[in-house]
Amino acid sequence: MQIDCDIHPGTPDTAALFPYLPEHWRDISAMRGIADLHSTNYPDMTPLAARADWRPAKGRPGSDAATVAAQCLEPFGSDIGILNPLFPVQSFYSDDLAQAYASALNDWTRGDFLDRDPRFRASIVVSLENIEMAVAEIERCAPDRRFVQVMVLAGTARPLGRRNHWPIYEACVRHDLALAIHAGQEFRNAPTALGWPSYYLEDYVAHAQSFQYQLTSLFCEGVFNRYPTLKVVLLESGWTWVPALLWRIAKYWGGLRFEVPWTDRSPEEVVRDQLRFSLTPVDGPDTDQLRRVIDHLGSDQLILFSTDYPHSQFEGADPFPSTFDPALRSIISGDAPLATYARLGGAP
Amino acid sequence: MTAPTGIWDCDIHPYLRSPADLEPWLSQQWIEHQRDYGSLRQTPLVTGSSYHKSQPNAGRRDAYPPEGGAQGSSVSFLRRQLLDAHGIGWGILNPLIASQGVRNLDHSIALCRAINHWQAEVWVDGEPRLRASIVVPYEDPEASAAEIRHWAGDRRFAQVLLLSRTSFLPGNRRYWPIYEAAAEVGIPVGIHAFGNSGWPVSSSGWPSFYMEEMIGHSQSSQAGLTSLVIEGVFERWPDLKLVLVESGFTWAPSLMWRLDKHWKTLKSEVPHLRLAPSEYIRRNVWWTSQPMDEPENRRYLADIFTWLGWDRIMFSSDYPHWDFDDPARVILFPATDEQKHAFFVGNAQGVYGSR
Amino acid sequence: MARHVVAAAADFPPGTRRMITVNERAVVVFNVKGEYFGLYNKCPHNGGSLAEGVLTGLLQSSSPGDYSYTRQGEIIRCPWHGWEFDIRTGQSFCRAIRAKARPLPVRVEPGSSIVEGPYKAETVEVRVEDDYVVVDA
Repeated sequence: MQIDCDIHPGTPDTAALFPYLPEHWRDISAMRGIADLHSTNYPDMTPLAARADWRPAKGRPGSDAATVAAQCLEPFGSDIGILNPLFPVQSFYSDDLAQAYASALNDWTRGDFLDRDPRFRASIVVSLENIEMAVAEIERCAPDRRFVQVMVLAGTARPLGRRNHWPIYEACVRHDLALAIHAGQEFRNAPTALGWPSYYLEDYVAHAQSFQYQLTSLFCEGVFNRYPTLKVVLLESGWTWVPALLWRIAKYWGGLRFEVPWTDRSPEEVVRDQLRFSLTPVDGPDTDQLRRVIDHLGSDQLILFSTDYPHSQFEGADPFPSTFDPALRSIISGDAPLATYARLGGAP
Repeated sequence: MTAPTGIWDCDIHPYLRSPADLEPWLSQQWIEHQRDYGSLRQTPLVTGSSYHKSQPNAGRRDAYPPEGGAQGSSVSFLRRQLLDAHGIGWGILNPLIASQGVRNLDHSIALCRAINHWQAEVWVDGEPRLRASIVVPYEDPEASAAEIRHWAGDRRFAQVLLLSRTSFLPGNRRYWPIYEAAAEVGIPVGIHAFGNSGWPVSSSGWPSFYMEEMIGHSQSSQAGLTSLVIEGVFERWPDLKLVLVESGFTWAPSLMWRLDKHWKTLKSEVPHLRLAPSEYIRRNVWWTSQPMDEPENRRYLADIFTWLGWDRIMFSSDYPHWDFDDPARVILFPATDEQKHAFFVGNAQGVYGSR
Repeated sequence: MARHVVAAAADFPPGTRRMITVNERAVVVFNVKGEYFGLYNKCPHNGGSLAEGVLTGLLQSSSPGDYSYTRQGEIIRCPWHGWEFDIRTGQSFCRAIRAKARPLPVRVEPGSSIVEGPYKAETVEVRVEDDYVVVDA
């Protein structure tokens, strides 16, 4: 059993969502010329946005179910693929526009992918512009058990641990949904705490720091204590940075517990219990050092198989570091994802 | 373990007994300005920090000088409690006194000049084991370059000091006059955590807790180092020595791996870089040790030292701050005598040289 | 095991602390609301002087946003890194911390049982009926 936990279907343009948008928003979109949402996080033509062999002659890669299955499930021997749409509906500032597009995107994923290939599962994409609306969207999609998680971006308006977000986590727990945080920015804040970098390379590297802030926030605010059954999956985050962050959190926690007295487990314990990370990008050398990082993580159950299709993170058909032995590969491919996603257990 | 004697401490914080300590080097105009308007910063409170510290002045409670005043405000008590008690043979002063990020640039320039005089004449002249940092008004890079050149021949100064939270990322071209002057003078640049950039302290806005702000210094330092590398500062000034102070260092191997990996994919965007990002870092960058992380298994730290290089990390105490590291209790994992000597003495000697 | 006199109880009021040396090691003794507690004066984390820490209460929480503050004055915070220890047991209060401060038995004995030593005890002894605070170590 192998589950690919991070696949990105390519939404061609806003017109692709029109069949799923209310007529009002369809007309408004056409009238205003909202033809595409082309994310600054993934400019289409950057070498990172699509692997050369997955890049179509025209349009976005992976824009239909058959292509994704042929390029991303079969060559890797994956039995199940979790779709995480990155069409940036989070870029809208209006509550209503954001909600209309998030709903349409979820329905597009269902109609164009889940209904066409039983191997697919998907994220419920929500905008955080209005938390009540985000919860309503989760409630709307949750009865369909092919949705296995709720997905937000790593760069948000307020840190994700802050209590205004908690109704979303309650909804996740209520419906056996994981919370996925994917690389990317809502662009409500600069990509770094020192403002805007000059280069895309810096933006991309900075995603790892965004995840570090969010993990710290979730720990300090007590999200893991309030929702001890919630699984949080960091997608396209990298994971070699995790041990150093946990050590630093533990260091300061020792003296600053008075700020966060509800934290009853160490950051290392919390991560082992409730955090998971997608395999790619593997931000490390293909040497024994990577195995050692797994030791530093304190568990070999934390990494979930992913290709990050169609992003260019590795060549060929094997995203694993060569130092990962068959036993570890087996955990990453199947055991760990199955243990993470409650909804993968039963029939869809 | 026993730490070597004659330790080089790369991060010591001197404080003012009161703002009047700077008045010998401030004009009447600036004395009155300071009294009436204070130091205008990008923070909600006139004094103190946006995130309240865990202890007054973020200082050790046992570090109040017997004669009164804030922790770190007495040369004689610092000599006794830090230098003599812990075998420090050489130490560098990093004043964290509101000056560098002050929005009124003329005020910032005046304060920095006064602080530099105060360090040299009160501290270094008073205690030969100490060296000063050239505090520069970094939001006015040309004035900063002038400040560096002003003190260029003065051996009491061992580095240029920037804070990590600048208003723009530190590799941004607006700051290049600072690096140009430092390279010309041949003096290392230290970037110490803290400051107020005006941006939220995380890329997702303002967190709730001081604990998060403290942890977040490692993330903003990662962004700062990334910027210095990718903008080409080390390509342009290959001899520039950069020291990251109190920013953590266990994150560095992962950052270097991540930079290299994605640079390989995206190098067409940054043709001005002739080396892989990690090669610049290995050549131009050092870290101070405090706050030393504390993994459950301390031996993991030995991996980080090995991966980063035992020649890159330099002991610092952060005296008199509450998260002070005691040199006798900082390397709690197996290390050879040579490695310890490099960490406590040799690396800093190499970076700060004859200063 | 020997007895070490800390002070006369009358000279050691609640809310204060005293330092003594026991077997060449520094010990800090606290009087908290009439109860006495002694700790070796070395934080088990990094060796800070616990005697210079502040005494606070025990802050606990059943869930985020809930604060229960009890046992005021019974928790010592190290003046360096702020680690918290229960002065009754030496136990720390953070799961990040596996260390335990070293508690010492402290009790109050009748004045007449104090026997020897160049302690101020001798001068105190003249005060009839006064009790002494002693440390066993």
